[in-house]
Amino acid sequence: MKPLFRLPGVAPLLLVFSLAVLGLLIVLPLGVVFQQAFAQGLGAYLTPLRDPDALAAIRLTLLVAAISVPLNAVFGLAAAWTVTRFEFRGKTLLLALIDLPFSISPVVSGLVWVLLFGAQGWFGALLQAWGVKIIFATSGIVLATLVVTLPFVARELIPLMQDQGWDEEAAALTLGAGGFTTFFRVTLPNVKWALVYGVLLCNARAMGEFGAVSVVSGHIRGLTDTLPLHIEALYNDYDFVGAFAAATLLASLGLVTLVVKTGLEWRFADELAASRRH
Amino acid sequence: MPLEIASLSKAFGRYPALKDVSLSVADGEFLALLGPSGSGKTTLLRILAGLERPDAGQVHFNGEDFLSRPVRERGVGMVFQHYALFRHMTVEQNIAFGLKVRPRAKRPGKAAIAAKVVELLEMMQLEGLGRRFPSQLSGGQRQRVALARALAIEPRMLLLDEPFGALDAQVRRDLRRWLRQVHDQAGVTTVFVTHDQEEALALADRVAVLRDGQLVQVGAPHEVYDHPANGFVYDFLGAACHLPGLVEGGRLTVADWTTAAPADAPQGQVEVYFRPNAVDFAPADGDGFSAKVLLAGLRGASGKIECAVGETLFELESLGARLPDYLVRGAQIRVAPNRFTLFPAERSI
Repeated sequence: MKPLFRLPGVAPLLLVFSLAVLGLLIVLPLGVVFQQAFAQGLGAYLTPLRDPDALAAIRLTLLVAAISVPLNAVFGLAAAWTVTRFEFRGKTLLLALIDLPFSISPVVSGLVWVLLFGAQGWFGALLQAWGVKIIFATSGIVLATLVVTLPFVARELIPLMQDQGWDEEAAALTLGAGGFTTFFRVTLPNVKWALVYGVLLCNARAMGEFGAVSVVSGHIRGLTDTLPLHIEALYNDYDFVGAFAAATLLASLGLVTLVVKTGLEWRFADELAASRRH
Repeated sequence: MPLEIASLSKAFGRYPALKDVSLSVADGEFLALLGPSGSGKTTLLRILAGLERPDAGQVHFNGEDFLSRPVRERGVGMVFQHYALFRHMTVEQNIAFGLKVRPRAKRPGKAAIAAKVVELLEMMQLEGLGRRFPSQLSGGQRQRVALARALAIEPRMLLLDEPFGALDAQVRRDLRRWLRQVHDQAGVTTVFVTHDQEEALALADRVAVLRDGQLVQVGAPHEVYDHPANGFVYDFLGAACHLPGLVEGGRLTVADWTTAAPADAPQGQVEVYFRPNAVDFAPADGDGFSAKVLLAGLRGASGKIECAVGETLFELESLGARLPDYLVRGAQIRVAPNRFTLFPAERSI
């Protein structure tokens, strides 16, 4: 490790402290998860993953992420655009609303949907009459996930777009480009890395979300259990190997996200620097 | 006149940026919009480009109603203060952008675009930099790329917003000379915004001075410099000193000095403006108003004299490589402006 700047005496202290915390809180538990999962050999590790309920949970988790991540990517872009390109009353309120899912407990985000669309909820009777099922169904899980992961993309984009300003877009217009051309050839390329980051983080959270999903899912095994819910169910059944095996899978999805992010950073370091600088 | 600006007004909230500005620009003319920050010059430029909408007034260009046209159809080349180069595109891609985004029917072929890019790179002395990204260029180079990009679309009008604002003095001077050359070659009507009076006077065919959103004076550089409309323009066009005075019966009195008033002088209370390098010094028994020397020293080819006239402090300049003997710290001397301009007192700043 090469110091970029040294405060005498403080540097080693901080370094040791941060490494200790990281080791104790992140690396050690992650190690335990994998150790427990493989405790009874590879065969015992793979069996619970071949279970139809587990496969259903994996499928559901991927489906929920596949729906909610693109939707939130589009929302994040639109919100960031609105906030950074327009001056209007209530802008601060909008920013606060975007941040709200970060600050309230996911359980609350889930409960709101039950209150609205549950059997006893405001629109419950109406939905029942139409034969639409939201609570205890995939659509409810998607809704809950959407709310919880809503800030990720917008939060990545807003500071960057604020920093970059709109001179380049104005320049594109004066050069004869239309609105869509400007958006796709100037705006989007300028924010693509922030967008990729936002999407990766959003995806990691969408696959890992527990609280909000737990409220609306109804925990029907093989049907409305996502991977995190499935892990909890196994754990509550004292199926430790099964729970930890599924947990390694979930952790691996998160690790893959991290690896992709780091890989992108490393591969496109120059371009990345250029998009912030200048 | 191809560009006619009539009674433009624009306010941002309660803050007025332009107040009833009317201005004409001749074909191929190089016009400078000069004013301090907040004078509305950039707002005026952005209205011409179509990036800002006026609250009232008209803009006609070659007879067409410019304000009813969207930005992309105006055919103006705009150079932004901070260049606004597309950061994810190379220099070549930046320059070619305006041609590539044209509708298919009007778009030149690939070879024609490439040829145009090469031509512009050469014209801007940017050969060999075509593959670089803007972040790999110096400020002066970026400025030239921005200009090349604007010229690539063969604009009907060129608009420059503080084009040299972010560059150091030497690069500034080079680019200035060179911009004038480019303008003369291309012959395109150019409007540029600056707060640097030296730049405006050195570069433009005509200078329009703005203050608080209002047009104060328009004219050729020497006209504006020699016959400023009021104290503000006088002050803004270069270092200035002023003192209150009185014109009565063909005589001008400034402090304890009385001299013949110019024939066209305003009567009564006036403000006397003069340049710090247009003064004659004399010993205490000479001609001029009396002043006390606070500091006297040589600065290169001229002398710098700091003196007090009553309560007012002046930094004056004496020409010549040597200071007269009587110009020493603490001495009482006399100072007579050899060229001065009089404005009625109430219009002074």
